Amino acid sequence: MNAGTGSVAPPGRSLWSDAWVVLRRNRAAMTALCLLGGMTVLVLVGPLLSPFTYDGTDWDQISSPPSLANGHWFGTDGLGRDLFVRTLYGGRISLLVGAVATAVSLLIGISYGAVAGYVGGRTDQVMMRIVDILYALPFMFLVILLMVLFGRHIVLIFFAIGAINWLDMARIVRGQALSLRGKEYVDAARAAGVRGGRIIRRHIVPNLLGVVIVYATLTVPQVILVESFLSFLGLGVQEPMTSWGALVNEGAQELENAPWMLLFPAVSLALTLFCFNFVGDGLRDALDPRDRSA
Amino acid sequence: MTRILLILLPAVALWLAACGPAEDASPPAKIGGGSGTERAAVQVLRVGNGAEPQTLDPHRAEGVPESNILRDLFEGLVGEAPDGSLVPGAAESWAISDDGLVYTFTIRADARWSNGEPVTARDFEFGLRRAVDPATLSVYSSVLFPIVNAEAIVDGELSPDQLGVRAVDDRTLEIRLNDPTPYLLGLLTHSTTYPVYPPNLDEHGERFARPGKLVSNGAYQLSDWVVQSHVRLERNPHYWDGADTQIDEVWYYAIENPDAELKRYRADELDITDGLPYNQLTWVRNELGDELEVAPWFGSYYFGFNLTKPPFKDAKDLRTALAMAIDRDILTGRVTGAGEIAAYGWVPPAAGYTGQQRGWATWAQAERNAEAQRLYAQAGYSSDNPLRVEVLYNTNENHKRISVAIASMWKEVLGVETSLVNQEWKVFLDTKNRKEDTQVFRAGWIGDYDDAYSFAQLMHSKNAQNDSGYVSPVYDDLLDRAAREPDAAKRIALLEEAERVLLEDLPIIPIYFYVSKHLVKPWVGGWTPNVMDRHPKKDFYILSH
Amino acid sequence: MLRFAIQRLLGAIPTLLVLITLAFFLIRLAPGGPFDTEKTLPPEIEANLRAAYNLDESLPVQLGRYLWNLAQGDFGPSFQYRDFTVTELIATGFPVSLRLGSLAMALALVLGISAGTLAALRQNRPVDYTVMGAAMTGISIPNFVLAPLLVLVFAIWLRWLPAGGLGDGSLRFVVLPVIALALPQVAYIARLTRGSMIEVLRSPFTRTARAQGLPTRTVILRHALKPALLPVVSYLGPALAAIITGSVVVEQIFGVPGLGRFFVQGALNRDYTLVMGVVVFYGSLIIALNFLVDLVYGWLDPRLRHG
Repeated sequence: MNAGTGSVAPPGRSLWSDAWVVLRRNRAAMTALCLLGGMTVLVLVGPLLSPFTYDGTDWDQISSPPSLANGHWFGTDGLGRDLFVRTLYGGRISLLVGAVATAVSLLIGISYGAVAGYVGGRTDQVMMRIVDILYALPFMFLVILLMVLFGRHIVLIFFAIGAINWLDMARIVRGQALSLRGKEYVDAARAAGVRGGRIIRRHIVPNLLGVVIVYATLTVPQVILVESFLSFLGLGVQEPMTSWGALVNEGAQELENAPWMLLFPAVSLALTLFCFNFVGDGLRDALDPRDRSA
Repeated sequence: MTRILLILLPAVALWLAACGPAEDASPPAKIGGGSGTERAAVQVLRVGNGAEPQTLDPHRAEGVPESNILRDLFEGLVGEAPDGSLVPGAAESWAISDDGLVYTFTIRADARWSNGEPVTARDFEFGLRRAVDPATLSVYSSVLFPIVNAEAIVDGELSPDQLGVRAVDDRTLEIRLNDPTPYLLGLLTHSTTYPVYPPNLDEHGERFARPGKLVSNGAYQLSDWVVQSHVRLERNPHYWDGADTQIDEVWYYAIENPDAELKRYRADELDITDGLPYNQLTWVRNELGDELEVAPWFGSYYFGFNLTKPPFKDAKDLRTALAMAIDRDILTGRVTGAGEIAAYGWVPPAAGYTGQQRGWATWAQAERNAEAQRLYAQAGYSSDNPLRVEVLYNTNENHKRISVAIASMWKEVLGVETSLVNQEWKVFLDTKNRKEDTQVFRAGWIGDYDDAYSFAQLMHSKNAQNDSGYVSPVYDDLLDRAAREPDAAKRIALLEEAERVLLEDLPIIPIYFYVSKHLVKPWVGGWTPNVMDRHPKKDFYILSH
Repeated sequence: MLRFAIQRLLGAIPTLLVLITLAFFLIRLAPGGPFDTEKTLPPEIEANLRAAYNLDESLPVQLGRYLWNLAQGDFGPSFQYRDFTVTELIATGFPVSLRLGSLAMALALVLGISAGTLAALRQNRPVDYTVMGAAMTGISIPNFVLAPLLVLVFAIWLRWLPAGGLGDGSLRFVVLPVIALALPQVAYIARLTRGSMIEVLRSPFTRTARAQGLPTRTVILRHALKPALLPVVSYLGPALAAIITGSVVVEQIFGVPGLGRFFVQGALNRDYTLVMGVVVFYGSLIIALNFLVDLVYGWLDPRLRHG
């Protein structure tokens, strides 16, 4: 249950199995993890359970409340489209955006941070100075400009969001890399004539994974929120495809006359964000060496 | 720590309570008092006005939000009654020459600027010359092209003082036209024709349209302007018809989001809304039905084809098939649902004009579908070889709903594979004007003046806004003849003939004719629906409530 | 100290230059121009418009002109709101945004720090879960859902507060926007406070203080809170950025005439100068506030001051 105090790991266990033990005792995080797994499976196979498609309109079932009789379990929207299927499709897009954009930001952040931290010296100074500069940019504004600029292709959404999230990662990784650089095994590798790139890949990056995983888990919900924010501004995915952000935005406008349009997507979205945050916190407790040493 | 929280919570509660209702909730008084017509002591009208006005310089204004405000600030030669009919404005009367080419206006003796100075024919002459002067950067100056030399001045070939407008004396203004233009009087209600106070410009330069600077000749003067919040107008104390003007203050709120506007209306912060969110129409009808004001509006909602590229270039059958496969009764009945009129022709119902339509307009949808399938097959498409088409629309809830619905109808009836492309307004305009990637685009047109020509001219091959790229010598010829025709009946017949030609070629898919939609509080008196959806505020009043 | 400040200020100049250049080219690359409308303009008018706003010059010349004017404090004329200069618009919009933003930040800090401290003191007990769960709800609900809900409940059903606008500028008009802006930040701040507070409470010096029999309240207020707030202080920069971003949504929904709304409208209307103005202004603000945060951090953490 408790992240820090009780667990004294038996000697010889690796960091990972150790962390796993801690994580497994965190009931909230484990529940959240299971829910996330369930959610992922549901958005992938769920649409197969329904006879409806995400873009099929039914003019006789416009704004139908949830009903078992007509098969629209989550009701329909103002064009008679089935919300169960649309919520699941929206989930696919939101989760995909979350995953891919996070991956993009990790890729950039880790490479950048690891290089800066490992190489050090002037290179490090210059690279971190650039990060400082970028920090001062009102990034959300740049994303809006980018979306306006390139239209709203989904791939672009991934990259635009990913590209604004890598700065924190770069800083964290650089700090870790800086400290790892002085470690004996890295010195040994260097003395043995292993080249820089290889050292970064083989020794620096793997040792950063703990921090990275925690950070990634906390980035995913942020990214999903950014996507929903773009949807609010009308800059999200193209109709008839949808995302949770887009659905929630539509639902929020029909709060009173069709509450089901908000309820189901909003609960899915909130639950997912909730779970990611809990898993992230749990992972942090499990993987953060400071906390365990207490 | 718990204690800190315990202190904090009541503090927050107190804060909330302190900000609570300004006055005690009292039982609602009967609107209009015992007689039902009693006026409120405070005559302030609060109006939702859509987007933020770009400018209150009448000659540079272009959008609907600014023209709503300018209509109250300024008065043209001709004014509008609440029902939209034309009445004398700053001119008390006018005479038209027999050939219809010279209009002579007599300015009211008691017309006054808001600083008390008389409004003269020279102010109008100054204003019209300024409007066509290319240095003014007026984007609407093309509406003045019927006036002699206007076009050449806008193009920089002549100087503004060569415009066919002359102040004969302080109270007489003469306007000379190229062709008889029966809609000229309607045109003279447009903000581009408003006078400006010449010393205003000398003193303040280009940014004279600001509170404390602007001198205006309408029922109101500008007293406050907070960008993205509101524009506040106060009575013009010198206005000639001030005795009949009841509203003392008009607040125009800039609220571009219709959902936010509706909420503020429901919270009693607005008396009149600019529009309505389509997706809450059913709710509004059920809950606020008595306050809903829907009226036909002089506008046409349509989809345009790009005729310069395949698949729609030289493909009349295909275009007709797509037009027929749309069930307009479902669109207007269930998708928009505000009372829009299903359109089978281009020109909305207009005074003295008979709208044209194709024969299939009266068929049942099943018959149309069958014929559409036949034409689609004849054009060489089938389920194995479906038409793949891109529909372009600009970001807007209603356009989205219509486009999704039409795509779904095309798919169901013909098997067309439609992809929807939603672009933000400026990108949309850019894509549409380049005519390269566009195949089908959504469009709408609201007439600038109450005359069928306002619509007909849009499809002329020389019109820069002819986005379909429609070129028909027959159509152009009919229009040119109509423009020169002095006889009203013959002119109308020519325009009707032109519309028949247009519908035969079908460069566009007519979808519906617009309606204007507003919510008006029960204590607002003087609301009169009209086809141009123009509502001068001097004709309103507030009942006691 | 003074040298440090001057160094930081000089360091901000290249940052701003990069920012300006980036924004300058991005907005100009976007399809559609500031004067595109449904009406097609006569060519002469269009040429005059472009000349009047210097859009007929080459891009480097335009950029140079912009920088030169900016150095003199002139943000240029707004392309969209033709009766105003960008400087005037920023001068009207910023105080509004500042008021919302600072109130929201204050509310978020008070709620977040209280919630985090409370959770830390009752770590892994029901109070902890409840408080953190409630805080987490704040991040899980996008504010474009929260804001209309607040309006519906407090403005339309209960009629306690206005639904939007600035009104007479009194406090009741900002309550709902401030709450909508603050709630998402509460969870982040609570989480940071909880984490660091737990750590501080375990550290030898608080243990000693407790062992000496000092009441918990004194230990927390006098000893633990200050070091525990370090991560919160370093989060202030990002929090500020998030509140500025959030204001784009909140100002839209509540019809508040702040800079966030100017930016979105400016970007959509291709009001080049307005967009640039807001970006430059906020960029400078973020730089300035980061500098302030560093100062506060130095004050809270003596190790940095002497190190």
